[in-house]
Amino acid sequence: MYVATKGGERAIDAAHRWLGDERRGDRTIAELDVAQIREQLGLAVNRVMAEGSLFDPDLAALAIKQSRGDLIEAVFLIRAYRTTLPRFGSSLPVETKRMHMIRRISATFKDAPGGQILGPTFDYTHRLLDFKLMADGEAPEALRSEAPSAFAPHILQLLDDDGLMEQLDVNDDTPPDLTREPLEMPAARPLRLQALARGDEGFVLSMAYSTQRGYGRTHAFVGELRIGTCAVEMEIPELGFSVEIGEIELTECETVNQFTGSKSEPPQFTRGYGLVMGQSERKAISMSLVDRALRWEELGEENVGAPAQDAEFVLYHCDNIQATGFLEHIKLPHYVDFQSELELIRKLRREALQAQVKEAAE
Amino acid sequence: MTEQSYNFAYLDEATKRMIRRALLKGLAIPGYQVPFASREMPMPYGWGTGGVQVTAACLIPEDTLKVIDQGADDTTNAVSIRKFFERTAQVRTTETTTEATVIQTRHRIPEVPLAEGQILVYQVPIPEPLRFLEPRESETRRMHALEEYGLMHVKLYEDIARHGAIATSYAYPVKVEGRYVMDPSPIPKFDNPKLGGNAAIQLFGAGREQRIYALPPYTQVVSLDFEDHPFEPSKAEHACDLCGSEVSYLDEVIVDDQGNRMFVCSDTNYCTTRQGEGHTGRLSQKGEAA
Amino acid sequence: MTLHDVALQQPLFRVESLTKRYGHRIGCADVNFELWPGEVLGIVGESGSGKSTLLGCLAGHLRVEEGRIFYQGRDTLLMPEPERRVLSRTEWAFVHQNPRDGLRMGVSAGGNVGERLMAIGARNYGDIRETATDWLGRVEIASERIDDRPRQFSGGMQQRLQIARNLVTSPRLVFMDEPTGGLDVSVQARLLDLLRGLVRDMGLSVIIVTHDLAVARLLADRLMVMKDGRVIEQGLTDQVLDDPQAAYTQLLVSSVLQV
Repeated sequence: MYVATKGGERAIDAAHRWLGDERRGDRTIAELDVAQIREQLGLAVNRVMAEGSLFDPDLAALAIKQSRGDLIEAVFLIRAYRTTLPRFGSSLPVETKRMHMIRRISATFKDAPGGQILGPTFDYTHRLLDFKLMADGEAPEALRSEAPSAFAPHILQLLDDDGLMEQLDVNDDTPPDLTREPLEMPAARPLRLQALARGDEGFVLSMAYSTQRGYGRTHAFVGELRIGTCAVEMEIPELGFSVEIGEIELTECETVNQFTGSKSEPPQFTRGYGLVMGQSERKAISMSLVDRALRWEELGEENVGAPAQDAEFVLYHCDNIQATGFLEHIKLPHYVDFQSELELIRKLRREALQAQVKEAAE
Repeated sequence: MTEQSYNFAYLDEATKRMIRRALLKGLAIPGYQVPFASREMPMPYGWGTGGVQVTAACLIPEDTLKVIDQGADDTTNAVSIRKFFERTAQVRTTETTTEATVIQTRHRIPEVPLAEGQILVYQVPIPEPLRFLEPRESETRRMHALEEYGLMHVKLYEDIARHGAIATSYAYPVKVEGRYVMDPSPIPKFDNPKLGGNAAIQLFGAGREQRIYALPPYTQVVSLDFEDHPFEPSKAEHACDLCGSEVSYLDEVIVDDQGNRMFVCSDTNYCTTRQGEGHTGRLSQKGEAA
Repeated sequence: MTLHDVALQQPLFRVESLTKRYGHRIGCADVNFELWPGEVLGIVGESGSGKSTLLGCLAGHLRVEEGRIFYQGRDTLLMPEPERRVLSRTEWAFVHQNPRDGLRMGVSAGGNVGERLMAIGARNYGDIRETATDWLGRVEIASERIDDRPRQFSGGMQQRLQIARNLVTSPRLVFMDEPTGGLDVSVQARLLDLLRGLVRDMGLSVIIVTHDLAVARLLADRLMVMKDGRVIEQGLTDQVLDDPQAAYTQLLVSSVLQV
């Protein structure tokens, strides 16, 4: 006797309990606490904050713990939490020229006012496994000095002052908000940048890489890459002036790209821009390359049909939460549709076979 | 999740208002896809986020909610969504189609005709019926605006030329009130005739694609076809082995290693109701085959 | 040309002071002409002379800022987009140089020919197929190829299929952009023959862009010679080719063998 599958609810509860147990792992090993993740897996925390669009290292660390280190799952938890938060208002635009930098490099100038700061980077490390870390080796503390606290101007500003950079269309319009309005095409640059800033690091990286390999090449130089903290200020209407409500860590990348020019305008350099929450320079550089590739139309360049030039393609596919949800939904039951397909294919086969028999008989 | 920390039915009131505006626009222009600012939900995109947002925007505390997936109330995703609303809205839930005021569904329309006052909410993965003919959103929106639907029939023509029949068995495209071509969500084409002239309000939510569309009660909905190859709703040529129904949509279940099959109603509430009324099928425990 | 149209004494298509700029560059400038029912107008000139830009403007593919274009007395530039689209899938047709631009390469020959019929409401599969079969015959494609895709066709066959796809709804005005370009000489001759027959039998009005004066002589009743975006000479085909007035036209004519 057939009994229809029942007890979905019990199965779900049991599965989730099992998941929690797996997450905890071997109980003879000490449990990770959220502060450890926040402090020692900082770049994972940064990525979750960037793609989750929420600056809160503690919550990001909690999400990483809860998701067993699956970062896309962690981003998902943060996004789902973020969407329920009430909005009290908007901050003023963050001034990245007033950044307390821990890292600042330029590939276009040997030196610049404010200097180059290598900062805490993997660059120039030899990628050799450090077995001392396995044996509880303590890392020596960083050398600290009374760092000059002056803010440094953007390096591209120096080129801009000489009239060598393209003029940006600067205005005070409020940019559209991807999380409050549907993404619609054609998307102007502020919307594109917003989508890229929370886009999947791997996807944006691969898109940027494809431009370097010739699919919509933009000849990018890293004009400046800076990482550091910036104050977030908010205007309080009751007070009539703005107050600092906190600070966030940011990575900003500006690229200098091949010049364009026309009969009326002399050649100038063009720009690509990347700004990402937390320390995430791979993402920021990638973003600036993709941003530049997407600007082909406004800069009068040719569309060579490269994926990175196609705003619909890039923007509709860069969000890993949308992508992973839709990808994984195909494991949900589809048996009603499949049944319909079964009947159709049986019918078509029956007709085809009958036709063959008839043909043979004739 | 502590229930108190979330608003009634999870979404905040401003978001619900935004969704209701989109729903009203959709009802005013039947079959037209209204862009809406879909929110991130605590369930993955593609798992019913659009339907859940529409349901959340429609629910009031007096509602009775039914959730089905593949026609069944007890499939895992239906259970999960029902539980979500039990926790966040504390509304009454039911498995009985006639008792429900709001029904959220994935892939089926209930067998029992719906009544005025009921709302049927569909989960939609890809709202754009022209998507697989034209991948660009900017282009498909233009095609809808200018009513350029020739390409849709080219697809059906190609089906017949190749297979001798229209080879679309689910998500079968329809034309609404002679104007918009609409994707009815991946329901089997067996359900298409229930779309038109339905007494209930039918709402379609696509979360990931950020679109809402709607059919007000008693809307004219026509499945696309050719005069000499008319649309045919189809189902397995069997009766239900449990309740004997010959008119319901059936699931085919493989029951043993020899590959023997049985056929049962996909609409579980319809089937159990009939069994309760004494109807029997081929494999019913006591009765003979109907 | 029917007597009825002549009696009306109204051109089918009239262009006044048409100018198209790309920034500071001129695409075409100050173009004026009339096209009468049943007439074939050739636009000739070297590549870069603005003739394809002009054709794009006339057919509504390119946005025009200056000038007016009348079809049967109605200004097509002021027409709402939906109306213009209806026009371009019923009374107008456009034959591209590259058949790939004018065909759906993933759709069967029958589907390609049937699309315009379905777009204007044909809903009987059998009738659509019959009409498609008939049209494949008229462009000399064997009817058993009806379910093959254009990919499996030679270049000449693809171009004939594109013509069938365009003419199936019996348009009145056909735009052609180098329809024989990119084909072998022998294939070209056959296609030209076919085109000439269809134009005559259906009484089509045609605006054809070509750099090939031999094509122009065979098909066109009247010619417009373009250089640097401007029309520098126009007149009856024989008159322009046998007795060119402008120095540039003389150069153009002398640079090809007489046919």
